[in-house]
Amino acid sequence: MTPTALKVTTPTDRELVMTREFNASRGMVFDALTKPDLLQRWLLGPPGWTMPVCEIDLRVGGKYRYVWENADGRKMGMGGTFQEIVRPSRVVATEVYEDYWTGGETLVTTELVETRGTTTLRMTVRYASQEARDAAIKMGATKGVEASYDRLEQLLAG
Amino acid sequence: MKPTGYNLDATFAALANPTRRAILARLATGAASVAELGEPFDMSQPAVSKHLKVLERAGLSSRGREAQRRPRRLEPRPLAEATDWIERYRRIWEGNFRRLDAVLQEMKSKEKKAVDALLESGKPRLRKRRTR
Repeated sequence: MTPTALKVTTPTDRELVMTREFNASRGMVFDALTKPDLLQRWLLGPPGWTMPVCEIDLRVGGKYRYVWENADGRKMGMGGTFQEIVRPSRVVATEVYEDYWTGGETLVTTELVETRGTTTLRMTVRYASQEARDAAIKMGATKGVEASYDRLEQLLAG
Repeated sequence: MKPTGYNLDATFAALANPTRRAILARLATGAASVAELGEPFDMSQPAVSKHLKVLERAGLSSRGREAQRRPRRLEPRPLAEATDWIERYRRIWEGNFRRLDAVLQEMKSKEKKAVDALLESGKPRLRKRRTR
């Protein structure tokens, strides 16, 4: 069950904000966001991708690295450095994709607020440059992939 | 045709201002002159023109040819491109978050089982304490 739908807004020209509620304590959400064995089960993007590499050194100045792989063997890597960690309410980390763009990194701030057992996640993505954002746009899935993605989601939800 | 022919930075910068969003909302109902567009706002014509210039540069509005009025029109393309991008992003994350829901559900039921087991193992002792 989904408590509320995902909201995506663009409050400024360089920021993108996502908010979503979860039926769980923020300690649990924090774990699911920062523990590799849990993260590898959900942070997968479009269908057909898995995350064989998930390394997280959860401390300020520590690095993380994710590598996704699809059925054709195509790989996509991403990583960054933790700048702030306040368990279980806040994580700030840089984020840069390895092969897709060199136009700059984004700064991702994740905030968790719990009210009566429901946790609201707020993720702010701040783009460093226009190149980074253009690359983000180009990385978006094609319409066809989206359609099949939706179908798969319906199947899984049903 | 360029696949991403519009400068999304300019589009989002233009949209980041409430007056400009109001002007776009007005233009969505039909073309209007600078004077007409300025009416709902307590704003000088040059100030309105300045906002219109930003919208024009972002490709969000264009000028008509009528010599005197030069009505402004809404150009929907860059707006659609910007919202398409947000929509793609939203869909990818919606999928991620649905899987996260399932992971959290499993964590909760595991925790509940662990608590139940603990209570179960502690029951005789709890009873003893109560009877004392």
